[in-house]
Formats: sequence, C-alpha cells, structure tokens
Amino acid sequence: MNNAHSPTFSPALAAGSIPGLNEAIVRRFTLATIIWALFGFAAGTWVALLLAFPQLNIGLEGTFGRLRPVHTTGVILGFAGNALIGTSLYVVQRTCMVGLWGGRRLADFLFWGYQAFLVIAITGYVLGITQSREYAEPEWYADLLLLVVWVTYAAIFAGTIARRREPHIYVANWFYLAFIITVAVLHIVNNLAMPVSFAGTKSYSAFSGVQDALIQWWYGHNMVGFFLTAGFIGIMYYFVPKQAERPIYSYRLSIVHFWALIFLYIWAGPHHLHFTALPDWTQTLGMAFSIMLWMPSWGGMINGIMTLSGAWGRLRTDPILRFLVVAVAFYGMATFEGPLMALKSVNALSHYTDWTVGHVHSGALGWVAFIAFGALYFMVPRLWRRPLWSVRLVEWHFWIASLAIVLYITAMWVSGITQGLMWRAYDALGFLQYSFADSVAMLHPYYVIRALGGVLYLTGGILMTVNIIMTIRQPAVRVPKVAAAPAVTA
Amino acid sequence: MAQRERDPVTGRLTTGHEWDGIKELATPIPGWWITVFLISIAVALLYLWLYPSFATTKSLEPGVLGWSSRQELRDEQAMAAAAQGPLRNRLVATPLEEAGADETLRRFAQAGGRALFNENCAACHGVGGGGQQGQFPALLDDDWLWGGKQADIIQTIRHGIRNEDADSRQSAMPAFADTLSKDQIAQVTDYVLTLSDASKADSRTSLPGAAIFKENCAACHGDAGEGGRDMGGPRLNDAIWLYGGSRDAIMRQINNPRMGVMPSFATRLDEASLRMLTLYVHGLGGGE
Repeated sequence: MNNAHSPTFSPALAAGSIPGLNEAIVRRFTLATIIWALFGFAAGTWVALLLAFPQLNIGLEGTFGRLRPVHTTGVILGFAGNALIGTSLYVVQRTCMVGLWGGRRLADFLFWGYQAFLVIAITGYVLGITQSREYAEPEWYADLLLLVVWVTYAAIFAGTIARRREPHIYVANWFYLAFIITVAVLHIVNNLAMPVSFAGTKSYSAFSGVQDALIQWWYGHNMVGFFLTAGFIGIMYYFVPKQAERPIYSYRLSIVHFWALIFLYIWAGPHHLHFTALPDWTQTLGMAFSIMLWMPSWGGMINGIMTLSGAWGRLRTDPILRFLVVAVAFYGMATFEGPLMALKSVNALSHYTDWTVGHVHSGALGWVAFIAFGALYFMVPRLWRRPLWSVRLVEWHFWIASLAIVLYITAMWVSGITQGLMWRAYDALGFLQYSFADSVAMLHPYYVIRALGGVLYLTGGILMTVNIIMTIRQPAVRVPKVAAAPAVTA
Repeated sequence: MAQRERDPVTGRLTTGHEWDGIKELATPIPGWWITVFLISIAVALLYLWLYPSFATTKSLEPGVLGWSSRQELRDEQAMAAAAQGPLRNRLVATPLEEAGADETLRRFAQAGGRALFNENCAACHGVGGGGQQGQFPALLDDDWLWGGKQADIIQTIRHGIRNEDADSRQSAMPAFADTLSKDQIAQVTDYVLTLSDASKADSRTSLPGAAIFKENCAACHGDAGEGGRDMGGPRLNDAIWLYGGSRDAIMRQINNPRMGVMPSFATRLDEASLRMLTLYVHGLGGGE
C-alpha cells in the first residue's frame, strides 16, 4: 500500500483483474452527471432570479411554475440520478470484483433510456405537461419509460451482486440496493394513474383527497430519504475511505444504522402534512418516526467522519477529501434540522416558509452535490487514466461552492423564519400585525442573496466542468500491466 | 481474505473483510449514539402515548391528553373572540358617525381596519390606501367617486362596484368612439383638459368641445365637470385622474372607457369588520 499521499492525484491503476469490467458506461454516466449538473444549477439560478426579479418572466413557457420542476428534475433525477447510477456501477464492479450483469447492451439501454426519460419529462414541463406531484411531475408515459429503465437498473445491479467474487456484500452496495428497490416501489405506487386516452398526455391519479396527499408525501419524503440519502450514503461508504485511505470506522455501526434508517425513514412522510386535513393520529405518527430517525441518520455521519481518524491532516491539502467530508458534515446538520422541523411546534413556524427551502438546499447543495463532486473528482482520473488537470481549480470550486451554500441557506433561514414570525404576529388588540403582501415584500433582499448564491454555485460547477474537460483532453498515462495488478487492492 | 489485522492508527482490529482495498474496523458502536437513539425512541413512544397516534377503521385512539388539532383551533378562536367580543359588540351598537368620538373604540377600529384593509383591499388600493396610478383609486385624498361619508363608504364596501350584488354601485360610461367622430373626441378632450385650470374658466366656453361636452358628458359629470356621485360620474375638474390625465389617456377613456370593478364584501366580512374597515378608510385622510 502506498502511504505517501500525492496531491497530484495520480490515477489509480487499471482494475485489470476484474473480468468484464465495464468502465465505458461509468464514463458516460459521469459525463451525463456533469451536463445535468450544469443544466440543473443554471435552471435553479434562473428561477431564483425570477423570484427576486419577476419582471424577468418571459411569457407563459417561461413562468416560475413551469420552470421550477425543470430545476428540481434537472438536479434530482438528472444530476443526482446520473451520479447515483454512475457511481453505483463504478463501485459495484470494483467491490464485487466482477463486471456488470447483462452485458454492454443492457448497460447502454440503461444509459440512453434514462437520458431519454429526463429529456421527455423536462420538455413536457415547459409545454405544461405535468401531474403536479412534487418530484413526480412526469406524466404516465414518461413514468412507464422510467419504470422499464429502473427495473433494468435493478436487474443489472442485483445481478452483479449475485455473481460477485467476494464473500461479502460491501456496505455501500447495501445502501445502493436499498435505494434502487425503494425508489422502484415509490415510483410505482405514487404514479398509479389512469390515462385519459392512450393518445394523450393527461392522466388522473388512482388516489384522491387526503389519501392522495399522503401517498405523494410518502413518496416525496422517501425520494429524499432513499434517492438523496441512502444512495448517497452508498457513495460515501466507498469514496470517503478510498480518498482518505483509511478503513471504515465501525462495521457494527454501519449494520445498525443501515437497518434503522431503512426501517424508520419510510414512516416519516406525514410530517410534510402537519396542520392539514391529514388526521391528527397520522401526523403524530410521522412526527414520532422523524424523532427516531435522528440517530440512524447520524450513524452514517459518524461512520463517514470518523473514518478520517488518522487522516485529518490531509484535509488541509486535499480539496477532494474536503468535499467529501464537508458533505458528510452538511448531512449531519440537515438530518438534525429535519427531525427538528418535523416537530409540530417547530413546524407551526417553519411550514410553508423559505426555511423548508433552505433546509432542502443545505442537504442538496451541501450533502448531495458535495459528495457527488468529491466522487467525480475521484473517478475521472481513474476512469480516463489521466491525472487531474488542476487541484488548485478544485480548491477554487470548493471555496466558491461553500460560500454559495452559506449565502443560500442563511438567506433562506432568515427569510423563512421572518415569514413565519410575520404570519403569526398579532398586535395588542388581537389583530394581525402584517398582511401577506408585507411578508412578500420583506423577502426581496433575501431572494437577491439567494440568487447570488445560485450564481456562485453554478460558477463552481463550471470550474469543475472545465477541470474535468481539461483532464480528459490530456494524453492518457500508460501503465504497464504487470505494475497495475497489485494496485487493484491498494 | 478473512485475516483480522490491527489498524496501527487506532489500535482497533479490522473485521478481516476487504473490498477494493477498503477495510472495516471492528469499533464498537459509540455508547452515546446508542443512548441518544434509545432516548429518542422513548420520546417518540411518549408522544405516541400522549397524542392521538392510532386508528382503526371504526375508532380513533385519542391519546392520554385527549388533544385534537380541531379542538385546539376552536379553543384559540374562542379565546380570540372573547378578548375582542366586548369592543366588537360596542362597535356594532354605536352609530358609525359617533364611533370616532370614543377613543378606545376609535383605536380598536383603526387597528382592526388596518389589518383587514391590508388583507382584503391592499392588493388593489395599495398598503396605506395610496391606490395604483392608472389602475385603482387612491383612498387618501378627498376625491370620492361614490361618496366619502361613513355611510357611503360602508355601502361601497358592503356591496362593491359593478358586480353581481343587486345593491352594488352601478354606472356605465358609453364608448363614444361609436357616436362621436375622431375630431369631436379630440375637441372634447381639449375641453376636458381645461376644466381643472381656473385661469381658463372664461376662455374655455369658446372652445369647440364645450358644446360637445354639454351635450354628451354634462349629464353625468356636471356642467362644470364637478362630477355626479348619484350617477357615478367622476369629477373632472380636480386634476385627479384615475386612468391618467394626459391628452392620450383621456382620449382613450372617452373612446372606449375602462370601468373598475370592486367585489362585494358583505358575504366575506362580519358587521364589525365592515365597520372597522369603513372607519379606517374614512380616517385615511379624505373622509367627509
């Protein structure tokens, strides 16, 4: 094992001893991740600007209502989805010591099918085609395509694990598998709908009223819980120990927090529907499970951060490791804030305010995207067998993106809590102190700050793109095969 | 593979597993993690015990505290109503014209009226009643389209303007593009522009628009453009223009007039609220 850490990030050598290793598909998903990141960040920045300066609105197709799902789908299913699929295929082959099940054609279908779904879904929003279900906006035909693609993904992933050449399944793969299976279930149930006609785009949900709302937020919460959490913990469990070159802190903790997280997350959805028509008992249930979810979430954070024992000094020189570790810190912060906001007394203040928006972005920008950036910077030199073009540029990306997050979430905390306080403020005679319009007018400076955060975050994404393009354009490092072999397990 | 090693940094044993170079330590789960997890489970169970948390298809388990969100809302509404009740009742019992003389009542109505105004009226008339130029009338000045006495104001709020309410304020200005020529409309526009200029009081009578005005406009707007509230004819001689005072804007209004609509609030607000709004609007500066 080479303990001398080289800040030039010389690529780890080819995993030549893995039969049927498919790196081409991982390279494609890596590039798709970067393209969707730029698209999603740009869309987010644009809608943030629309909120700050509504006069930028350019006609019906350009309204906030139509563009917001373009942003959310672009970042969640586009950026995060491609990052999840790409890293999972990278990780599962290396930790099972076997190539992907189903061969190249099936993997290619997974890639093109997923990109086709994204394009069909997103172009539909702009034309006004939507189910109006948050994070599940695509209409029935796009949902069916995603279903086929997702089942293919599950088959490839599970098939690869089934024929692994390692005695045990690595913890990252537990999380990836839990994410894949749960998302399939969520997607199928929440999108049960009857199309008006098979030639048309419109469909009606199988559920109605408060049941519909509950199903939707069971879905919505667990898209956060499994898509943006469990899957990304999978990323953490591979890329943090690899980049830190340290063993995982606690195997036992990984088992306990895995099962606790999987069991508890699925019940917490009703906390999105506090103070609605949802019956009180269901609301209490959602809140209670959210409280119990706190420590299982932190189990992942502990295992991620404590894996650095003995490698802390490296944070000073290694911006990639810093991306990964700061991501885990944001994960810890967001998963403390989440149960807090699920308490009814706190939710009474935070519900419907920008605090929710700030919360989701501290998780999205800080945790999901940062760990994805770290994984991308780790994978690209190894996938293309070229040293990373510029570590300094990674430093710049890290600090610009960190500043962006600080601007974004502090602006949303302040505006959200101010909104909540203004809505509930009464004067001495028992009359509302502020009108709703007052609370909207108050938001403007915070929306400008938030948009500035978006511009910075997008700038960081552009720096990453430049860095990765320049890395790929360099000549490949030639490695003699004999020398490569021992590096597989290094 | 299953070779357990000792990690030199932490002194812990590994589990003996290894994947792609990643090993795992056999570190026990931190005690504080287990403790806090157990506490959070206990707190959650306590919540489930105290609050409604279980239902069958037939019945609801109300929880030890017997709490319900509906009851909480009813209680808080009852408390708020009880706190304001005496003053609300007094306001309804006092004639509008006299309510201003009672200092407690005046303050109460001003505070309540402001809150009601911001929630119900400000979208059009602006926070503070400044109106929106070219769109919705200001309520701060003494230019009243339908009257500025308390009784007039409450009538307008209660039933609105040009809506389906049988008692709403009604008036309609014809589109003179249908009956007057372009030249005539230009002439009457020039005449209307002089109405608010006292220095032209004598000279304006010789303008060609004077006769057109007398024939077509004076019935509603008055001979000197002083307006006619009974007919809903706005004043034209005070240099206050709802839809703009430029020559073009006035001409546009004569050609094809815009006529604003206001909803009826009788079905949305109770009597005390209507009175608070009236007193607030009356007190904005232009009350008669």
